[in-house]
Amino acid sequence: MTAPGIVELLGFGPHGWGPAMLVACAVTIAVAATGFAVGALMGALGAWAKLSGGRLLRGFADGYTTVLRGIPDLLVIYLFYFGSSSVLTPVARLFGASGFVSLPGFLAGALAIGVVSGAYHTEVFRGAYRAVSRGEIEAATASGMPPLLKFRRIVAPLVLRYALPGLGNIWQLVLKESALVSITGLVEILRQAQIGAGSTRQPFVFFAAAGALYLAISSTSGWTLKRAEGHLARGLRRA
Amino acid sequence: MNPLSSKPLNGELAVRLTGLHKSFGTLEVLKGISLEAREGEVVSILGSSGSGKSTMLRCINMLEVPDAGEIIVAGEAIALKRTRTGMRPADRRQVDRLRAQIGMVFQSFNLWSHMTVLENLIETPIHVQKRPRAECIEEAEDLLAKVGIADKRNHYPAHLSGGQQQRAAIARALAQRPKVMLFDEPTSALDPELVGEVLRVMRSLAEEGRTMLVVTHEMGFAREVSNKVVFLHKGLVEEEGTPAQVFGESRSDRFRQFLRG
Amino acid sequence: MIDFQFLAETFAALVAGVPLTLRLAVSAVGLGAMLALLITWMRLCGIAPFSWSAQLYVFLFRSTPLLVQIFLIYYGLGQFPEIRASFLWPFLREPYWCAVLALTLNTAAYASEIFRGGFLSVPHGQVEAARAAGMGPWLLCRRIMLPLAIRQALPGYGNEIVLMVKATSLASTITLMEITGIAAKLISETYRAVEVFVVAGVIYLAINFVVTRLVQIAEYRLSPHLRQAPSLVIGAVAGREGTA
Repeated sequence: MTAPGIVELLGFGPHGWGPAMLVACAVTIAVAATGFAVGALMGALGAWAKLSGGRLLRGFADGYTTVLRGIPDLLVIYLFYFGSSSVLTPVARLFGASGFVSLPGFLAGALAIGVVSGAYHTEVFRGAYRAVSRGEIEAATASGMPPLLKFRRIVAPLVLRYALPGLGNIWQLVLKESALVSITGLVEILRQAQIGAGSTRQPFVFFAAAGALYLAISSTSGWTLKRAEGHLARGLRRA
Repeated sequence: MNPLSSKPLNGELAVRLTGLHKSFGTLEVLKGISLEAREGEVVSILGSSGSGKSTMLRCINMLEVPDAGEIIVAGEAIALKRTRTGMRPADRRQVDRLRAQIGMVFQSFNLWSHMTVLENLIETPIHVQKRPRAECIEEAEDLLAKVGIADKRNHYPAHLSGGQQQRAAIARALAQRPKVMLFDEPTSALDPELVGEVLRVMRSLAEEGRTMLVVTHEMGFAREVSNKVVFLHKGLVEEEGTPAQVFGESRSDRFRQFLRG
Repeated sequence: MIDFQFLAETFAALVAGVPLTLRLAVSAVGLGAMLALLITWMRLCGIAPFSWSAQLYVFLFRSTPLLVQIFLIYYGLGQFPEIRASFLWPFLREPYWCAVLALTLNTAAYASEIFRGGFLSVPHGQVEAARAAGMGPWLLCRRIMLPLAIRQALPGYGNEIVLMVKATSLASTITLMEITGIAAKLISETYRAVEVFVVAGVIYLAINFVVTRLVQIAEYRLSPHLRQAPSLVIGAVAGREGTA
């Protein structure tokens, strides 16, 4: 394996896989971001259920977080990808389609990631909410702010400030989970690397490149997060 | 009155510090300080914060390494060597050996939290001094009875009050059969009601004839229990003498100001 | 309505994968813990090149997906004729050893950070007291730092063990028939994903429940100093006969 070999392989020339890998990067970020957003939504709901729900709601939320933190993510992806077909195929038949219908890999992957990360989001939001001092919220209530305004201007920003480190961790987690979505056939970084490896018989080069790409995305995210944390924590005295 | 202040002191030299210098970064804490303590002597070390008293005490058992100067403990001079990053003890084994003969009592007790009180006491005798287990346990039980917490032998430090913990720490230091005992502000972290029980134990140790160097703010102890009082100011000895001399006829303005508070 | 017959068959089929899952998990956790201690030592020993190497290792293994690491080892290493000719090849071409290697290297990176936190949280005063009593560095580490660090790190490490049990499912992507591997096969044969998922999920939850309980018991056993004080009666009876 000579140096020019790698450069040509991964570069942007006629035989280069560079562009393909970069497109795959975009797909990875897209599926991860979508999954993260779904998870954040589920986490917000879960945290609300745990904090202010009745016993039944709390029970559901507890069950949700316990179950999803105890089973492998791969299994959840299998569920959404293969399981969706058992739901969608009969539905599609209704509309006259024939054959086998399932969720496209992107959607199955994003939903699976969302459901799994939602369990972690729930705990992060719950912890962050409880970290906000009662007094600041009370002041908002006492000043006559209507609930929606209070949430938007006071509660949400304060909770976000405490939640940010935890959210950052979940993002890193979700980024790595997106590699699992490759089993659905979605051409994100790992799948693209597999294709390249199979085609050129140089698996090490491609998987190492995949690793490097994940490293780059992860580091950039981490650095951006540190800046955001610093900005949001202005006025907060470090313990 | 002080039963010790008239005791004839012609014992061997227990501790001698000569010309110690110590800086932390740009701040020079010890500026060439010297001190002597004979066997059986109880030395109280006073001074306002930043005067270097704790640093000087901690140099005796090498918890701090001076930048310059000589330390002689239990008849041995501690060998030091100069390295790129500053002074270091030249012989690790010498330091460990000497430390086993020096009992130290800390301001924050520092009992080992994962061991019971009894286990704390026998840890060093068994593992460092390699004495037989049965002998160590027996001696530890006696020491616990002596400091008044025999019933707490199987308790963990977290379950003891501050005063009980400090008495346990004193017993732990005694279990080493030390030649010299160092006390670094032993009562400063205690609630006022608990200070008395610790001072009582220290007083009985003094009356036994132990060599003790005590950094303290307890003027009563300094006045009534020690043979010698040393007042430190800005890294040097400002005033030194018997309690009667120092508290009665002190020439130092700074010391009188320190006493007033 | 619920096909208990199918569920029972599925359960029987999946349970056959439990031994492999456990072997993978136990090997990875055991070997990984030892490697993690080495890395933690490198990180904390004060020798700059060791510390940087350890930091680099942790950074690489924590910032890349486990699946990429598995593929790199299983598929990637075989690319090099030097490796194929070496004495390691009989191991490295077996999916089982590749999986164990990848899992071990991965968990070691995370565990070393947990251990490092444990060591850094040992109260400095207690370390000083040990030094002042004349304990040499090895004795100090063994009798004071290690016990206290372990007690501090146990909850976080227990979590890592659970994550490792889940991570063994990735071995199914390189042909190993542990629980998830069998589950994937069943799903592709029967298309009854939901039922297979539920049974597999229950099995994993059971394993993780046991693991969590064991860790809790260990935590309880190792921290009598954080529990209630023994009552006066028991203390008096234990008296002279009790050894420390």
